[in-house]
Amino acid sequence: MATTLIADAPVDVDDEGFLTDPAQWNEAIAEAIARENGIPQLTDRHWLVVRFMRERYLATGMAPSIRALGKESGVPVKELYELFPKGPAKLAAKIGGIPKPKGCI
Amino acid sequence: MAKQIVILGGGTGGTMTANRLRRRFDEDEAEVHVVDRDDRHVYQPGLLFVPFGLTGVEDIVRPRARQLRKGITFHEQAVESVEPERDRVLLEDGTALPYDVLVIATGARLQPEETEGLTGPGWNERAFTFYTPEGAERLRQALDWFDGGRIVVNLVDMPIKCPVAPLEFTFLTDWFLRENGVRSRTELVYATPLDAAFTKPVASEHLAGLLEEKEIELVTELNAGEVDGVGGKLIGYDGREVDFDLLVTVPLHGGAEYLERSPGLADALGFVPTDTSTLQATASPNVFALGDATDLPASKAGSVTHFEAEVLTENVERHLAGKELVAGFDGHANCFIETGFHKALLIDFNYDTEPLPGHYPSAFGLPLLKESRLNHLGKLMFQWVYWHALLPGRDIPGIGPEMPTRGKKLTART
Ligand SMILES: Cc1cc2nc3c(=O)[nH]c(=O)nc-3n(C[C@H](O)[C@H](O)[C@H](O)COP(=O)(O)OP(=O)(O)OC[C@H]3O[C@@H](n4cnc5c(N)ncnc54)[C@H](O)[C@@H]3O)c2cc1C
Repeated sequence: MATTLIADAPVDVDDEGFLTDPAQWNEAIAEAIARENGIPQLTDRHWLVVRFMRERYLATGMAPSIRALGKESGVPVKELYELFPKGPAKLAAKIGGIPKPKGCI
Repeated sequence: MAKQIVILGGGTGGTMTANRLRRRFDEDEAEVHVVDRDDRHVYQPGLLFVPFGLTGVEDIVRPRARQLRKGITFHEQAVESVEPERDRVLLEDGTALPYDVLVIATGARLQPEETEGLTGPGWNERAFTFYTPEGAERLRQALDWFDGGRIVVNLVDMPIKCPVAPLEFTFLTDWFLRENGVRSRTELVYATPLDAAFTKPVASEHLAGLLEEKEIELVTELNAGEVDGVGGKLIGYDGREVDFDLLVTVPLHGGAEYLERSPGLADALGFVPTDTSTLQATASPNVFALGDATDLPASKAGSVTHFEAEVLTENVERHLAGKELVAGFDGHANCFIETGFHKALLIDFNYDTEPLPGHYPSAFGLPLLKESRLNHLGKLMFQWVYWHALLPGRDIPGIGPEMPTRGKKLTART
């Protein structure tokens, strides 16, 4: 774990750059993390997913899996991959300032 | 009046729970009802061996009712829905079963149709699953004829029953092909949505080493979105394509369908939100759940179900007596992993501790995270233990619900 500056704000992150304290997050941080991960501009669709992930995590302590995301966020899995190439659940969690989703067991 | 205990599902968890509860209560204290849609209890770990002709489907199936103690009422009926606000279950034939306590043990449902193209042309011809008795038998016939080419083993996404089974299947395929002299003409590929061979880091390293040793190609982070069963392509959501001549898939899993018709009982995937340590369902204090049906962050495995059954029966009794529940379940799981050539590996873990090297259940037990013949024998012996000790609900000396730490190299890694 280390403290780093993202969008001029000091935040605690893990080795892979996930925020460890969701309370340190803001929208400017989200945009900076998105740019760094190959998403130049967050659209409304991106925000819908990011906010859904974040709210779910804050309410339940667990980030939804990609399948649950596809069923509940209103954004189908195929589109999730277009919005967040490679790993939508992971990337949306990172941008949303919540810890890295634990892989299922 | 006798309390009504209704158990949905007469598989691993439902049978163990029914037998344990029947022993705990006199017949005038509680009636125990078990509902299942059919009378074929499959010893599911045996499915792994069917495709290689090591066991036959008929050898791993027994009638459900015969596994239940005297004094348990078995209803061979599909569940239509649960009405938690009225404390009753509706069966397909219209019967209503009222309950004081409900136990949900209807396991996980396979959903191959949720992956585009998977159940289309080529299903059970080029694309198979060994997760059902019919599928395992079809795959046996295909492997019997197999004369070289590219075999891809893929699990579509977690959660799945017995997360190590697809890896074991891959190891056994390697062994089977070598025995039959076709391994040199075969490319064997293990494709997983995870970023490593398995979900747990230390075990993953060991397993990745085994894959390499056995010349099995590992494809990671493949989220399969589509299968072309005619062209022989497994296609990821990210556009990656993995070619196959023969695909062995572990399809998506969800909860039983009736749960979607039962208000408040299931999450988006059909699993029952359940307290991680008491096994009480979030929906209602008189509903409990165990086994593959729950949303718990534990393996969907028979061993887990067994450890859960001990805690669950205790809590059903406490609930009926108006006592506080015990927070007794810690996510304990253990499983044998078949690695081929009459060897197997054993892993043991819980919510917080990942599988570590050492011995189970104590320093003089079976070797953990290490291939050995003893573990393979352990796995084979398990079918006997399943029918004769686990289902009847007998405790096995030295093997309790909490994960043991003695005998383990706890400092192996933090
Ligand atoms: C190939 C394979 C290999 C495995 N290997 C291992 C292993 O090595 N070790 C291990 O520990 N575990 C293993 N498992 C997992 C283990 O079999 C399961 O975790 C265990 O059986 C779960 O028990 P359960 O009671 O939750 O579900 P099940 O035993 O599946 O029982 C669920 C029951 O509910 C019934 N049901 C469902 N819907 C309805 C309905 N609407 N109405 C009426 N009845 C219904 C079903 O008919 C079924 O009988 C393996 C599984 C598979 C598929």
